[in-house]
Parts: sequence; structure tokens; C-alpha cells
Amino acid sequence: MPDTTQAPPDLTAWTCPAPLRDQPKVVMGHGGGGVMSAELVQNIFAPAFGGRVLSQLGDSAALSLGGIRLAFSTDSFVVRPLFFPGGSIGDLAVNGTVNDLAMSGARAAFLSCGFILEEGVEMEVVARVSHALGAAARAADVEVVTGDTKVVEAGHGDGVYLNTAGIGLIPDGVDIRPQRVVPGDVVIVSGAIGVHGVAIMSVREGLEFGVEIVSDCAALGGLVATMLDVTPDLHALRDPTRGGLAAALNEIAVAARVGVEIREKAVPVPPEVDGACTMLGLDPLYVANEGKLVAFVPRQHADAVLAAMRAHPLGAGSTVIGECVRSHPGMVVARTGLGGTRVVDLPIGEQLPRIC
Amino acid sequence: MKYIEEFQNPQLAQRLLDDIHATVTRPWALMEVCGGQTHSIIRHGIDQLLPEHVELIHGPGCPVCVTPLEVIDKALEIASRPEVVFCSFGDMLRVPGTGRDLFRVKSEGGDVRVVYSPLDALRIAQQNPERQVVFFGIGFETTAPPNAMTVYQARRLGIRNFSLLVSHVRVPPAIEALMLSPDCRVQGFLAAGHVCSVMGTDEYPELAERFAVPIVVTGFEPLDILEGVRRTVRQLERGEHRVENAYPRAVRPEGNPAAKAMLEDVFEVTDRAWRGIGVIPDSGWRLSERYREYDAEHRFTVGGITTEEPAACRSGEVLQGLLKPHECEAFGTLCTPRNPLGATMVSNEGACAAYYLYRRLGGATAPKETSPVA
Repeated sequence: MPDTTQAPPDLTAWTCPAPLRDQPKVVMGHGGGGVMSAELVQNIFAPAFGGRVLSQLGDSAALSLGGIRLAFSTDSFVVRPLFFPGGSIGDLAVNGTVNDLAMSGARAAFLSCGFILEEGVEMEVVARVSHALGAAARAADVEVVTGDTKVVEAGHGDGVYLNTAGIGLIPDGVDIRPQRVVPGDVVIVSGAIGVHGVAIMSVREGLEFGVEIVSDCAALGGLVATMLDVTPDLHALRDPTRGGLAAALNEIAVAARVGVEIREKAVPVPPEVDGACTMLGLDPLYVANEGKLVAFVPRQHADAVLAAMRAHPLGAGSTVIGECVRSHPGMVVARTGLGGTRVVDLPIGEQLPRIC
Repeated sequence: MKYIEEFQNPQLAQRLLDDIHATVTRPWALMEVCGGQTHSIIRHGIDQLLPEHVELIHGPGCPVCVTPLEVIDKALEIASRPEVVFCSFGDMLRVPGTGRDLFRVKSEGGDVRVVYSPLDALRIAQQNPERQVVFFGIGFETTAPPNAMTVYQARRLGIRNFSLLVSHVRVPPAIEALMLSPDCRVQGFLAAGHVCSVMGTDEYPELAERFAVPIVVTGFEPLDILEGVRRTVRQLERGEHRVENAYPRAVRPEGNPAAKAMLEDVFEVTDRAWRGIGVIPDSGWRLSERYREYDAEHRFTVGGITTEEPAACRSGEVLQGLLKPHECEAFGTLCTPRNPLGATMVSNEGACAAYYLYRRLGGATAPKETSPVA
């Protein structure tokens, strides 16, 4: 036992523990889409690969090849469970890459698909995943044209891991990238946020919230095409997956060196997501989405783009949540319901449920 | 959400704020005890709406921060053992021990699992009879009853491969220790509502009387906090120091008798070290003699631990309101949210991090106005 002398405690010596940042091994937070993920890219991947295109660090790379402008992206999927309300790893594998391309304004044309299968996984599961993947590809109007299969020993995987890569054409006159965002741009989200993350958590953790929460997993190529029909002059698009809306807004604020201001009450959070997050001690702004986008639109086009989004089935819940400002560049600030403000910071690693 | 939304009503909040502004005639320093209240204050920007003269000092009610280094190191040691499944609430995983944390133990092969309830850990023990399942029982009077109940259940069901690593702490001795500190600036307390929903309010009149401080039992939603502040400053302005219950929808004077009986059965009061502060007499709980076999410290011989605290910062003074964050030499240079020296710089609700972010916004305190959005 520690020393228990009765001297009054020295409160001036109070120190609180700070999280460790320099992990010598990979920890889960490196995959969380926050500061730790970004540091992994900045410190190891980007220096190792170099390259001008990579330095854009967008959801997808915008390439020029033989005079043709292409978007190219890849994504890996390690979700557990493989099947969840509203989708499966197969749906995610298609929609994740299709959406990454759509955030450059590109309509996905071709996908590759790599399967990493764990020894012992039921063949029926592989078939169901493949079937879901094929159906999702047809729905997104994209063709799987090449693939690969590897098997790892039992215990070295989680049943099925998938990787997809995709390419698509970027239409003429379209130049969508974070650096184009300027003060005055209007920030629009395409619907309710936090749904996918809470749907996954509810099945993964065996939590029941009284109502089934169904993932919003969807391919957004069509919605983006609708928006581009209004104007090719969209400044930036993001699909707020890992790290949620907060991470997406912060990435844009930093890349464009603008401030982002949102009205917290304007952010569409469904009651069941709000309730689940309150119970779990999570912030819906940091919870993953798989069928939503956030758009940075020049003010003069905002009303028309919003109307077009609302007319699309995947954008019916679209709403303006804020705007870009000159002050506090690189920062996201939320105006709270009471009229106060708070800084919406980039998450560090994974969001952890709070104790209190 | 029903019964939450109502307590965030902006019009009612404004009425409480108007009342507070009309009441306050001079500077007052209040402490909200619980980390959950701090979270709500920052989350809703409540501190910026209060009169300039009303200062909220964030109290020691963050169980993550106060769990002593020695216990964290024991947790890391136990979690590293091959036969152990180590279960914990999520945010304990990032708390550093001497040179490493539970995330790292996990990355090195330890079976560390996040659970939402200690009963989940008990279920894991039932499902894995060949493994030793340990739950990290930390926190205040709020998390203690379910942990006590889990140990009670383990014994009742004869589940022998479950144990609890206990580092529970109690609020009233911490308030006493704060008030005994010669530099203490706190003039009134917003007591932690959920702690009182378990323990009742019997422990507080003696403290209010002895230290001549108002203690107002306060909830967690914006209206709750504003009402707590309103009642505390009203007492201060009138020169009163009573215990008031501003959270009657959750707190009865006698608390929760069933939970208290469970605590009485399973735990016994003990001296407890608080990280960064030292030992506060009678400020914690440990498993009582009857349940000693479920004590992880008893079950696993965890010896030879040499603790080493990371480089100190001055967050102790900040936490007491003796030092403004930007007056610290390390502020904004050695110590930033990306490279924090202390927990006050770690999360958005930490005093230093809030200062850091708002100073980047262009002022020493939080902004009162921002431009309207579309």
C-alpha cells in the first residue's frame, strides 16, 4: 500500500496522464481515420512513395493519362460482422470505392476486387458476400473486371477481408478538390449522419436500442452526377466515413486554409442515433457514415444544388449545416443550440466510449 | 431525445442566464465536480454564456485521470498475461502507465477487450472457463455499484475465473482534500448529480458547514447546469452555504438504498492514492474480506512494479484555478493538443485544450460571437 500519512495532499502537484503518442507498434487508433492515421501517412507512407499526385491526399487520386482525366482509388474492408442491418462487407467494398471516386466528381467505371479469406470460413459465406458485392456493383453501374484471392491460416483473419480499387472518368470542366474551397462556400450534408457507425456498433456489441438501426450504405455516384448537372463548379466533396463528419470538415478546413462554421442544431442526427450515442458516450459528429456526402458549394449555386440533392432519393434529407469563413483557418467551430461555441477537433485515434 | 431535449431548451436557458446575470455582483469561482458536467459545459459552450465574473473550475471528477499510476501499471502487467482476458471501459485504454498503455499491450498480443458493462465481462468469463477474466473496476460512486453487483453475481453463480481490479474513488473526501488545500479558490460546488443519485445527499451538509461553501447537487444537461450555477451564486451572494438539490428528478436525499446495500456488502472504505495528488484518506473502496478471492490484486501476484510518472506539467494549478493555462511556460510551445504534457491539454473539455483552441480563434477566452451562418 502507498504511504498513508495524514499530511494534506499536495494539489499543486496535480498532473493528469496524457495519452502516449509515439507507439512503437501499430495500434487500432492508426486505422481510426484521425490524427494517428494522418501521421502514419505523413511520416511513413508519403515519404516512402513520394509523388506529386499522392501529396493531394484526396479520397481518390485525380490523374491525367493520355489526355484523359481519371480518378483512381482503393479501399480495404475489414468490417465485423460481415453482415449487418442494411448491408454487408460486399456492399461496403463496392460503395466505399465508388464513393471515393464520386468525391472527385468521377462516375466509377471499373473495379478490381481482392479477397483475403481465412481458412475454415464457410463457402456459403463467401458466396453470400460475393453475391452482395455483385448486386451492389450492378446497382452502382460499375463492372468488376479483375480480382485476386488469397487464403490465410485459420486464426490469421476475420473470415473475409476485401480490397477494391476503382477507376472512373472525371467529366470535363469538373475540378473538385479541397484546395478550391473558399470563405463563403456553403456546407451541405446529404442526410442523416452517424447511422452506419451506430448500426455496426449495435450488432457488434450486442446492444439493443429498441429500434433496429439500418446502415445507410449506398453508392453516391448518381447523387453527385445530379449535383454536377446543376453546376460543374462544386468546390469539394467528402464522404464522411471513418472519423465521421468531424474528420471530413477538419480535413477540408486544413487543406483549404479556411474556417468552417456549423450550426449544431442544423446537423441532421436521427433520434435513435442521438440516443445510442448519448448512452455510449460517443459524439455523432465522429461516427462513420457510408452513404452520405458533405459538399462545399459556391454560395451562388447553393440553393439550386440543394434542391437537386433533395430531389434525389439518396439526398432527400439534404440540408445546409454551415459555411466557410475567413476567421480561424484550419478549424471547425460549432455554434451550439444555446448560442455558445465549441471547437470540433480532429479525432486523435478511435473514438472511445466515455466512462462518465 | 425525449426528456433530454427538454433540458436543452434555449429559451429556458436564456431565462436562467438572465437570472444569473442579474444575481451576480462580484467574482465567484465555482467547481463542477464531475467530468461528465465538464463535458457538457464544453459541449454546449455554457462557460461562454455565463457572466465574466463567474468562473467554472473543472474538478477532479474524471476517473480516467485520477486512477493512480501504480494501478494502471498493475493493469498492464495483468493484461499482458497469456491466460488473461482483460476487460475495461473504452477510455481507460489510452491512459498511460509507466511507458505504455493498454493499446500497446493489445498490440503486443494481450487480450484486451472494451466492454460496456461489467456484466459483459462476467459473461465472457462464463463462456471461457479456461481463461482468467479480469474487469478493470475504476470510477466514482456511479460505476461502483454495478461492479459490486458483478462480483456479487460471480460469487452467487460460482464463477471462479472472474476477478476485479479495483480502484474506486469517493467524491466527499476529495472535496474535503480540495478545501484543506491552502491555495484553494473554490467558493461553491456543483456536486455530481449521478454520484448523489446513488449515495444521496447525507454526506454533504457537514462539508458545507465546515468549509462554509454552498454545495448544489447538479445534473448534466445544460438547464441542469445553469440551474446549479444559479442556485450556487444565489447562495454566495446572500452569504449562505447550504446543500441544495437542483437535480430532484434523479436524486433523493437517501440515494439508492439497494445500490448502497450492495456497496456495503462487497466493498470496504480504504485510503486511496489519486494520480498526481497522492493519498487521500478514506477516499476509495476495495473489495471486502468476504470477496477477497475476487480481487485481481490478490489473485495475481503483481510485484516488482516501479512506477515512473511522465514529465510533470502545471495542470494541478490550472485545475484549481490558480494558473490560467496560457500563463504556463509550456503552453502552446512544448504542450499542444497534438503533444500534450497533461490531460488538461488532451481532450476538448480539458481547460488547457479549450484555451489553446479558443486562443487560436483569436482571443484569450472563448469567443462570444461568430458570424451567422447560412
